[in-house]
Amino acid sequence: MGFKVVVDFDLCESNAICMQIAPEVFEVRDDDFLYILNETPDEGMREKVEESAQRCPKQAIKLEDLPAAE
Amino acid sequence: MNSIAVIGASLAGLRAAEALRREGFEGTIHLVGDEPHEPYDRPPLSKQILAGTWEIEKAWLAKPEKYEELALETHYGVAATGLDVAGLNVALDTGATLDIDGVVIATGARCRTIGEPLAGVFTLRTLDDAQGIRAAFDKGPGRVVVVGAGFIGAEVAATARELGLDVTMVEMATAPFERSMGAEMGAVLADIHRDQGVDLRLGVGVSGFTGDDAVTGVDLTDGTHIEADVVVVGVGVIPNTEWLADSSLDITNGVLCDETTLAAPGVVAAGDVARWPNPHFGETMRVEHWDNAITMGTHAAKRLLHGESAGPYAPTPWFWSDQYDRKIQLAGRTTDFDRFELVNGDTESRTFAGIYGRGGRIVAVLGFNRPRHVMRYRALIDEGVSFDDALAADI
Repeated sequence: MGFKVVVDFDLCESNAICMQIAPEVFEVRDDDFLYILNETPDEGMREKVEESAQRCPKQAIKLEDLPAAE
Repeated sequence: MNSIAVIGASLAGLRAAEALRREGFEGTIHLVGDEPHEPYDRPPLSKQILAGTWEIEKAWLAKPEKYEELALETHYGVAATGLDVAGLNVALDTGATLDIDGVVIATGARCRTIGEPLAGVFTLRTLDDAQGIRAAFDKGPGRVVVVGAGFIGAEVAATARELGLDVTMVEMATAPFERSMGAEMGAVLADIHRDQGVDLRLGVGVSGFTGDDAVTGVDLTDGTHIEADVVVVGVGVIPNTEWLADSSLDITNGVLCDETTLAAPGVVAAGDVARWPNPHFGETMRVEHWDNAITMGTHAAKRLLHGESAGPYAPTPWFWSDQYDRKIQLAGRTTDFDRFELVNGDTESRTFAGIYGRGGRIVAVLGFNRPRHVMRYRALIDEGVSFDDALAADI
Protein backbone atom coordinates (compact mmCIF):
# COMPACT_ATOMS: atom_id res chain seq x y z
CA MET A 1 0.00 0.00 0.00
CA GLY A 2 1.52 3.31 -1.05
CA PHE A 3 0.67 6.80 0.05
CA LYS A 4 0.02 10.19 -1.45
CA VAL A 5 1.41 13.50 -0.15
CA VAL A 6 -1.28 16.16 0.15
CA VAL A 7 -0.46 19.78 1.04
CA ASP A 8 -3.12 22.31 1.98
CA PHE A 9 -1.74 25.33 0.15
CA ASP A 10 -4.17 27.64 1.94
CA LEU A 11 -2.38 26.76 5.17
CA CYS A 12 1.18 26.41 3.83
CA GLU A 13 3.38 29.41 4.56
CA SER A 14 6.57 27.98 3.08
CA ASN A 15 8.43 27.54 6.35
CA ALA A 16 10.47 24.99 4.39
CA ILE A 17 11.09 22.67 7.31
CA CYS A 18 9.66 19.83 5.19
CA MET A 19 12.30 20.60 2.58
CA GLN A 20 15.04 19.99 5.10
CA ILE A 21 13.56 16.71 6.32
CA ALA A 22 12.53 15.28 2.94
CA PRO A 23 14.20 17.21 0.08
CA GLU A 24 13.30 14.32 -2.25
CA VAL A 25 9.63 15.28 -1.88
CA PHE A 26 9.45 18.97 -0.94
CA GLU A 27 11.14 22.02 -2.42
CA VAL A 28 10.64 25.69 -1.62
CA ARG A 29 11.90 27.67 -4.61
CA ASP A 30 13.09 31.24 -5.08
CA ASP A 31 9.49 32.38 -5.54
CA ASP A 32 8.91 31.25 -1.91
CA PHE A 33 6.31 28.70 -2.91
CA LEU A 34 6.41 25.05 -1.95
CA TYR A 35 6.51 22.50 -4.75
CA ILE A 36 5.83 18.81 -4.30
CA LEU A 37 8.45 17.01 -6.33
CA ASN A 38 6.90 13.58 -5.93
CA GLU A 39 3.27 13.15 -4.84
CA THR A 40 3.54 9.38 -4.46
CA PRO A 41 6.96 8.61 -3.02
CA ASP A 42 8.19 5.11 -2.26
CA GLU A 43 7.14 3.48 0.98
CA GLY A 44 10.70 3.98 2.23
CA MET A 45 10.01 7.72 2.39
CA ARG A 46 6.97 7.36 4.65
CA GLU A 47 8.81 8.02 7.91
CA LYS A 48 10.41 11.23 6.60
CA VAL A 49 7.14 12.52 5.16
CA GLU A 50 5.36 11.73 8.43
CA GLU A 51 8.03 13.67 10.31
CA SER A 52 7.56 16.55 7.87
CA ALA A 53 3.82 16.52 8.55
CA GLN A 54 4.37 16.50 12.30
CA ARG A 55 6.94 19.31 12.27
CA CYS A 56 5.10 21.54 9.80
CA PRO A 57 4.34 24.72 11.80
CA LYS A 58 1.08 25.14 9.89
CA GLN A 59 0.11 21.43 9.98
CA ALA A 60 -0.46 21.72 6.24
CA ILE A 61 0.84 18.28 5.19
CA LYS A 62 -1.22 15.09 5.16
CA LEU A 63 -0.51 11.53 4.08
CA GLU A 64 -3.33 9.68 2.33
CA ASP A 65 -3.12 5.94 1.95
CA LEU A 66 -3.52 4.70 -1.61
CA PRO A 67 -5.45 1.52 -2.42
CA ALA A 68 -3.17 -1.43 -3.21
CA ALA A 69 -2.17 -1.64 -6.87
CA GLU A 70 -4.09 -4.22 -8.87
CA MET B 1 8.14 -1.24 31.22
CA ASN B 2 4.38 -1.39 31.75
CA SER B 3 3.31 2.14 32.43
CA ILE B 4 4.61 5.62 31.67
CA ALA B 5 3.42 9.02 32.86
CA VAL B 6 3.81 12.04 30.61
CA ILE B 7 3.54 15.11 32.82
CA GLY B 8 2.46 18.08 30.72
CA ALA B 9 -0.41 17.85 28.21
CA SER B 10 1.59 20.05 25.91
CA LEU B 11 3.17 19.89 22.47
CA ALA B 12 6.24 18.11 23.89
CA GLY B 13 4.08 15.84 26.04
CA LEU B 14 1.71 14.81 23.25
CA ARG B 15 4.54 14.21 20.76
CA ALA B 16 6.31 12.09 23.38
CA ALA B 17 3.15 10.02 23.87
CA GLU B 18 2.81 9.57 20.11
CA ALA B 19 6.44 8.52 19.82
CA LEU B 20 6.02 5.96 22.63
CA ARG B 21 3.24 4.29 20.64
CA ARG B 22 5.10 4.59 17.34
CA GLU B 23 8.10 2.89 18.94
CA GLY B 24 5.90 -0.02 19.96
CA PHE B 25 5.07 0.70 23.61
CA GLU B 26 1.79 -1.07 24.38
CA GLY B 27 1.47 -0.35 28.11
CA THR B 28 -0.47 2.38 29.88
CA ILE B 29 0.34 6.02 29.04
CA HIS B 30 -0.92 8.65 31.48
CA LEU B 31 -1.09 12.18 30.07
CA VAL B 32 -1.36 14.72 32.89
CA GLY B 33 -1.98 18.44 32.31
CA ASP B 34 -2.98 21.20 34.72
CA GLU B 35 -5.01 23.11 32.12
CA PRO B 36 -8.63 22.03 31.60
CA HIS B 37 -8.09 21.77 27.82
CA GLU B 38 -6.79 19.00 25.64
CA PRO B 39 -3.32 19.72 24.17
CA TYR B 40 -3.31 22.72 21.84
CA ASP B 41 -0.90 24.63 19.67
CA ARG B 42 0.48 27.84 21.19
CA PRO B 43 1.88 29.79 18.19
CA PRO B 44 -1.63 30.78 16.95
CA LEU B 45 -2.44 32.31 20.36
CA SER B 46 -0.55 35.54 19.60
CA LYS B 47 -1.71 35.58 15.98
CA GLN B 48 -4.85 33.89 14.60
CA ILE B 49 -6.60 33.29 17.95
CA LEU B 50 -5.81 36.83 19.13
CA ALA B 51 -6.85 38.31 15.79
CA GLY B 52 -10.11 36.36 16.01
CA THR B 53 -9.63 34.67 12.63
CA TRP B 54 -9.45 31.15 14.12
CA GLU B 55 -11.90 29.23 16.25
CA ILE B 56 -10.29 27.51 19.23
CA GLU B 57 -10.89 24.07 17.76
CA LYS B 58 -8.44 24.83 14.99
CA ALA B 59 -5.65 24.99 17.55
CA TRP B 60 -6.23 21.49 19.01
CA LEU B 61 -3.12 19.44 18.37
CA ALA B 62 -4.86 16.20 17.48
CA LYS B 63 -8.20 14.96 16.24
CA PRO B 64 -10.41 12.61 18.31
CA GLU B 65 -9.44 9.64 16.08
CA LYS B 66 -5.81 10.20 17.03
CA TYR B 67 -6.64 9.98 20.73
CA GLU B 68 -8.55 6.75 20.14
CA GLU B 69 -5.53 5.32 18.36
CA LEU B 70 -3.15 6.43 21.13
CA ALA B 71 -5.40 5.08 23.93
CA LEU B 72 -4.11 7.50 26.57
CA GLU B 73 -5.27 7.77 30.17
CA THR B 74 -5.82 11.54 30.16
CA HIS B 75 -5.86 13.63 33.33
CA TYR B 76 -6.76 17.20 32.29
CA GLY B 77 -7.14 19.93 34.89
CA VAL B 78 -4.87 17.89 37.16
CA ALA B 79 -1.46 19.02 38.38
CA ALA B 80 1.45 16.82 39.39
CA THR B 81 2.67 17.82 42.84
CA GLY B 82 5.63 15.54 43.39
CA LEU B 83 7.93 12.93 41.89
CA ASP B 84 9.59 10.12 43.80
CA VAL B 85 12.54 9.37 41.55
CA ALA B 86 13.71 6.24 43.38
CA GLY B 87 10.28 4.60 43.56
CA LEU B 88 8.96 6.13 40.29
CA ASN B 89 5.73 7.52 41.67
CA VAL B 90 4.01 10.73 40.66
CA ALA B 91 1.75 12.48 43.18
CA LEU B 92 -1.24 14.38 41.77
CA ASP B 93 -3.21 17.25 43.29
CA THR B 94 -6.31 15.03 43.31
CA GLY B 95 -4.63 13.01 46.05
CA ALA B 96 -4.00 10.09 43.71
CA THR B 97 -0.57 8.60 43.02
CA LEU B 98 0.56 7.19 39.69
CA ASP B 99 2.82 4.17 40.22
CA ILE B 100 4.75 4.02 36.95
CA ASP B 101 7.93 2.66 35.35
CA GLY B 102 8.93 5.77 33.42
CA VAL B 103 8.25 9.50 33.42
CA VAL B 104 8.45 12.16 30.71
CA ILE B 105 8.68 15.60 32.32
CA ALA B 106 7.14 18.15 29.94
CA THR B 107 5.63 20.73 32.28
CA GLY B 108 6.84 23.67 30.22
CA ALA B 109 7.12 27.16 31.63
CA ARG B 110 4.94 30.03 32.77
CA CYS B 111 5.17 33.77 32.17
CA ARG B 112 7.17 36.12 34.31
CA THR B 113 4.98 38.88 35.67
CA ILE B 114 5.55 42.45 36.83
CA GLY B 115 4.01 43.58 40.12
CA GLU B 116 0.72 42.46 41.61
CA PRO B 117 -2.21 41.25 39.47
CA LEU B 118 -4.24 44.19 38.06
CA ALA B 119 -7.23 44.19 35.72
CA GLY B 120 -6.18 45.03 32.20
CA VAL B 121 -2.64 43.68 32.63
CA PHE B 122 -2.13 40.37 30.85
CA THR B 123 0.50 37.79 30.07
CA LEU B 124 0.11 35.40 27.13
CA ARG B 125 0.87 31.72 27.42
CA THR B 126 -2.43 29.86 27.54
CA LEU B 127 -5.63 29.69 25.54
CA ASP B 128 -7.45 31.38 28.42
CA ASP B 129 -4.86 34.21 28.37
CA ALA B 130 -5.41 34.71 24.63
CA GLN B 131 -9.18 34.81 25.03
CA GLY B 132 -8.85 37.34 27.84
CA ILE B 133 -6.70 39.67 25.72
CA ARG B 134 -8.98 39.16 22.75
CA ALA B 135 -11.98 40.25 24.86
CA ALA B 136 -10.05 43.33 26.03
CA PHE B 137 -9.15 44.20 22.42
CA ASP B 138 -12.79 43.84 21.42
CA LYS B 139 -13.70 46.68 23.77
CA GLY B 140 -11.71 49.05 21.56
CA PRO B 141 -9.01 50.20 23.99
CA GLY B 142 -7.49 53.63 23.45
CA ARG B 143 -3.95 52.38 23.82
CA VAL B 144 -2.27 49.00 24.16
CA VAL B 145 1.14 48.92 25.81
CA VAL B 146 3.29 45.87 25.15
CA VAL B 147 6.11 45.28 27.60
CA GLY B 148 9.00 43.33 26.09
CA ALA B 149 9.86 43.03 22.39
CA GLY B 150 10.55 39.31 22.22
CA PHE B 151 8.31 36.69 20.57
CA ILE B 152 5.19 37.43 22.56
CA GLY B 153 5.56 41.21 22.63
CA ALA B 154 6.45 41.64 18.98
CA GLU B 155 3.73 39.29 17.74
CA VAL B 156 1.06 40.81 19.98
CA ALA B 157 2.12 44.29 18.81
CA ALA B 158 1.83 43.19 15.18
CA THR B 159 -1.60 41.61 15.71
CA ALA B 160 -2.86 44.64 17.65
CA ARG B 161 -1.69 47.02 14.88
CA GLU B 162 -3.40 44.85 12.28
CA LEU B 163 -6.59 45.20 14.35
CA GLY B 164 -6.13 48.97 14.12
CA LEU B 165 -5.21 49.54 17.77
CA ASP B 166 -2.69 52.12 18.98
CA VAL B 167 0.36 50.30 20.28
CA THR B 168 3.38 51.32 22.34
CA MET B 169 6.07 48.67 22.78
CA VAL B 170 8.62 49.03 25.57
CA GLU B 171 11.87 47.07 25.56
CA MET B 172 14.82 47.20 27.92
CA ALA B 173 17.36 46.08 25.27
CA THR B 174 18.45 48.29 22.38
CA ALA B 175 16.43 46.31 19.80
CA PRO B 176 13.62 43.76 19.52
CA PHE B 177 14.90 40.15 19.50
CA GLU B 178 18.34 41.45 20.44
CA ARG B 179 19.21 38.35 22.44
CA SER B 180 18.46 35.96 19.59
CA MET B 181 19.55 37.92 16.48
CA GLY B 182 21.91 40.62 17.76
CA ALA B 183 21.50 44.41 17.90
CA GLU B 184 22.20 45.09 14.22
CA MET B 185 19.53 42.78 12.79
CA GLY B 186 17.21 43.60 15.68
CA ALA B 187 17.35 47.22 14.46
CA VAL B 188 15.90 46.10 11.11
CA LEU B 189 12.98 44.56 12.98
CA ALA B 190 12.61 47.75 15.03
CA ASP B 191 12.18 49.76 11.82
CA ILE B 192 9.52 47.36 10.58
CA HIS B 193 7.50 47.93 13.75
CA ARG B 194 7.96 51.71 13.54
CA ASP B 195 6.84 51.73 9.91
CA GLN B 196 3.73 49.86 10.98
CA GLY B 197 2.93 52.61 13.44
CA VAL B 198 4.20 51.11 16.70
CA ASP B 199 5.52 53.68 19.17
CA LEU B 200 8.71 51.82 20.09
CA ARG B 201 10.54 52.75 23.30
CA LEU B 202 13.92 51.04 23.48
CA GLY B 203 16.53 50.90 26.23
CA VAL B 204 13.97 51.62 28.93
CA GLY B 205 12.29 49.43 31.53
CA VAL B 206 8.97 49.43 33.35
CA SER B 207 8.93 50.57 36.95
CA GLY B 208 5.25 49.93 37.60
CA PHE B 209 1.63 50.29 36.57
CA THR B 210 -0.88 52.95 37.57
CA GLY B 211 -4.57 52.38 38.31
CA ASP B 212 -6.54 51.13 41.32
CA ASP B 213 -9.25 48.84 39.96
CA ALA B 214 -7.84 48.55 36.47
CA VAL B 215 -4.68 49.64 34.74
CA THR B 216 -4.58 53.25 33.54
CA GLY B 217 -0.94 53.53 32.53
CA VAL B 218 2.65 52.39 32.67
CA ASP B 219 5.51 54.13 34.47
CA LEU B 220 8.89 53.79 32.76
CA THR B 221 12.30 53.81 34.44
CA ASP B 222 13.23 57.07 32.67
CA GLY B 223 10.33 58.81 34.46
CA THR B 224 7.97 58.78 31.46
CA HIS B 225 4.34 57.81 31.93
CA ILE B 226 2.30 56.18 29.13
CA GLU B 227 -1.47 55.93 29.32
CA ALA B 228 -2.77 52.42 28.72
CA ASP B 229 -6.09 50.59 28.75
CA VAL B 230 -4.56 47.20 28.07
CA VAL B 231 -1.04 46.03 28.93
CA VAL B 232 0.47 42.79 27.66
CA VAL B 233 3.63 41.73 29.46
CA GLY B 234 6.02 39.48 27.52
CA VAL B 235 9.21 39.45 29.56
CA GLY B 236 10.15 35.79 29.44
CA VAL B 237 9.20 32.61 31.24
CA ILE B 238 10.06 30.54 34.30
CA PRO B 239 10.34 26.74 33.94
CA ASN B 240 7.64 24.86 35.86
CA THR B 241 9.78 22.82 38.21
CA GLU B 242 8.39 23.63 41.67
CA TRP B 243 6.63 20.26 41.81
CA LEU B 244 10.07 18.63 41.56
CA ALA B 245 11.56 20.54 44.52
CA ASP B 246 11.84 17.40 46.69
CA SER B 247 12.73 15.03 43.86
CA SER B 248 16.56 15.25 44.10
CA LEU B 249 16.67 16.29 40.42
CA ASP B 250 18.77 19.36 39.54
CA ILE B 251 16.13 21.98 38.71
CA THR B 252 18.32 25.06 38.38
CA ASN B 253 16.77 26.89 35.38
CA GLY B 254 14.92 23.80 34.20
CA VAL B 255 15.33 20.06 34.69
CA LEU B 256 18.95 19.19 34.01
CA CYS B 257 19.33 16.15 31.74
CA ASP B 258 22.31 14.38 30.23
CA GLU B 259 23.07 14.52 26.49
CA THR B 260 20.41 11.90 25.84
CA THR B 261 17.57 13.79 27.70
CA LEU B 262 17.80 11.47 30.73
CA ALA B 263 17.43 13.26 34.09
CA ALA B 264 17.53 10.13 36.30
CA PRO B 265 16.95 6.41 35.69
CA GLY B 266 13.47 6.12 34.20
CA VAL B 267 13.07 9.91 34.06
CA VAL B 268 13.42 11.99 30.88
CA ALA B 269 12.52 15.62 30.16
CA ALA B 270 11.58 17.54 27.02
CA GLY B 271 10.54 20.94 25.78
CA ASP B 272 10.70 24.33 27.52
CA VAL B 273 11.31 22.76 30.94
CA ALA B 274 14.39 20.73 29.95
CA ARG B 275 18.03 21.81 30.06
CA TRP B 276 20.67 19.62 28.53
CA PRO B 277 24.20 19.75 27.09
CA ASN B 278 23.79 19.93 23.32
CA PRO B 279 26.99 18.29 22.02
CA HIS B 280 26.64 19.91 18.60
CA PHE B 281 27.10 23.39 20.09
CA GLY B 282 29.11 22.51 23.21
CA GLU B 283 26.55 24.46 25.22
CA THR B 284 24.10 23.49 27.94
CA MET B 285 20.83 24.97 26.74
CA ARG B 286 17.13 25.25 27.46
CA VAL B 287 15.21 25.89 24.25
CA GLU B 288 11.74 27.43 24.31
CA HIS B 289 10.88 26.82 20.66
CA TRP B 290 7.97 24.95 19.10
CA ASP B 291 10.08 22.68 16.91
CA ASN B 292 12.27 21.68 19.86
CA ALA B 293 9.20 20.59 21.82
CA ILE B 294 8.41 18.11 19.03
CA THR B 295 11.88 16.74 18.37
CA MET B 296 12.88 16.61 22.04
CA GLY B 297 9.59 15.00 23.07
CA THR B 298 10.16 12.38 20.40
CA HIS B 299 13.78 11.82 21.41
CA ALA B 300 12.94 11.59 25.12
CA ALA B 301 10.34 8.88 24.39
CA LYS B 302 12.92 6.86 22.47
CA ARG B 303 15.46 7.33 25.26
CA LEU B 304 12.99 6.01 27.80
CA LEU B 305 12.17 2.93 25.76
CA HIS B 306 15.49 2.09 24.11
CA GLY B 307 18.09 3.34 26.61
CA GLU B 308 21.43 4.76 25.55
CA SER B 309 21.08 3.44 22.01
CA ALA B 310 18.76 6.45 21.44
CA GLY B 311 22.00 8.47 21.34
CA PRO B 312 22.62 12.11 22.19
CA TYR B 313 20.05 14.79 21.42
CA ALA B 314 22.02 17.22 19.26
CA PRO B 315 19.64 19.40 17.24
CA THR B 316 20.18 22.73 15.55
CA PRO B 317 17.42 24.76 17.27
CA TRP B 318 15.07 26.62 14.95
CA PHE B 319 12.27 29.15 15.38
CA TRP B 320 10.00 31.24 13.28
CA SER B 321 8.01 34.34 14.13
CA ASP B 322 5.34 35.88 11.91
CA GLN B 323 5.07 39.66 12.24
CA TYR B 324 3.02 41.64 9.71
CA ASP B 325 4.03 40.27 6.30
CA ARG B 326 7.48 39.15 7.48
CA LYS B 327 8.39 35.57 8.26
CA ILE B 328 11.39 35.69 10.55
CA GLN B 329 13.32 32.46 11.01
CA LEU B 330 16.48 31.72 12.90
CA ALA B 331 18.28 28.37 13.05
CA GLY B 332 21.24 27.68 15.32
CA ARG B 333 22.72 29.58 18.25
CA THR B 334 23.98 33.15 18.09
CA THR B 335 25.54 33.05 21.59
CA ASP B 336 28.87 34.97 21.50
CA PHE B 337 28.88 35.14 17.68
CA ASP B 338 31.97 36.90 16.28
CA ARG B 339 30.99 37.21 12.60
CA PHE B 340 27.88 38.06 10.63
CA GLU B 341 27.49 38.31 6.86
CA LEU B 342 24.48 38.85 4.65
CA VAL B 343 24.30 36.02 2.11
CA ASN B 344 21.14 36.98 0.24
CA GLY B 345 19.03 40.08 -0.30
CA ASP B 346 19.46 43.30 1.65
CA THR B 347 18.17 44.84 4.85
CA GLU B 348 16.57 47.81 3.03
CA SER B 349 14.04 45.52 1.35
CA ARG B 350 13.70 43.53 4.61
CA THR B 351 14.06 40.39 2.57
CA PHE B 352 17.39 38.78 3.32
CA ALA B 353 19.35 35.93 4.83
CA GLY B 354 22.48 36.26 6.94
CA ILE B 355 24.79 33.85 8.69
CA TYR B 356 26.50 34.01 12.08
CA GLY B 357 29.91 32.54 12.88
CA ARG B 358 31.80 31.71 16.03
CA GLY B 359 35.36 30.41 16.20
CA GLY B 360 35.49 29.95 12.43
CA ARG B 361 32.32 27.82 12.26
CA ILE B 362 28.83 28.72 11.04
CA VAL B 363 26.58 28.62 14.12
CA ALA B 364 23.34 30.29 13.00
CA VAL B 365 21.34 31.60 10.06
CA LEU B 366 18.70 34.33 10.10
CA GLY B 367 16.14 34.94 7.39
CA PHE B 368 13.47 37.57 6.79
CA ASN B 369 11.10 36.01 4.24
CA ARG B 370 13.89 33.67 3.15
CA PRO B 371 12.78 30.20 4.35
CA ARG B 372 14.62 28.30 1.64
CA HIS B 373 17.95 29.90 2.53
CA VAL B 374 17.41 29.32 6.23
CA MET B 375 16.85 25.61 5.68
CA ARG B 376 19.82 25.24 3.31
CA TYR B 377 22.19 26.95 5.74
CA ARG B 378 20.66 25.04 8.62
CA ALA B 379 21.83 21.88 6.89
CA LEU B 380 25.36 23.35 6.79
CA ILE B 381 25.14 24.11 10.52
CA ASP B 382 24.10 20.47 11.08
CA GLU B 383 27.15 19.38 9.11
CA GLY B 384 29.43 21.64 11.16
CA VAL B 385 31.08 23.35 8.18
CA SER B 386 33.40 26.37 8.51
CA PHE B 387 32.05 29.91 8.22
CA ASP B 388 34.12 30.53 5.08
CA ASP B 389 32.86 27.35 3.41
CA ALA B 390 29.30 28.38 4.27
CA LEU B 391 29.94 31.83 2.75
CA ALA B 392 31.27 30.22 -0.42
CA ALA B 393 28.46 27.65 -0.65
CA ASP B 394 26.19 27.80 -3.67
CA ILE B 395 22.77 28.12 -2.02
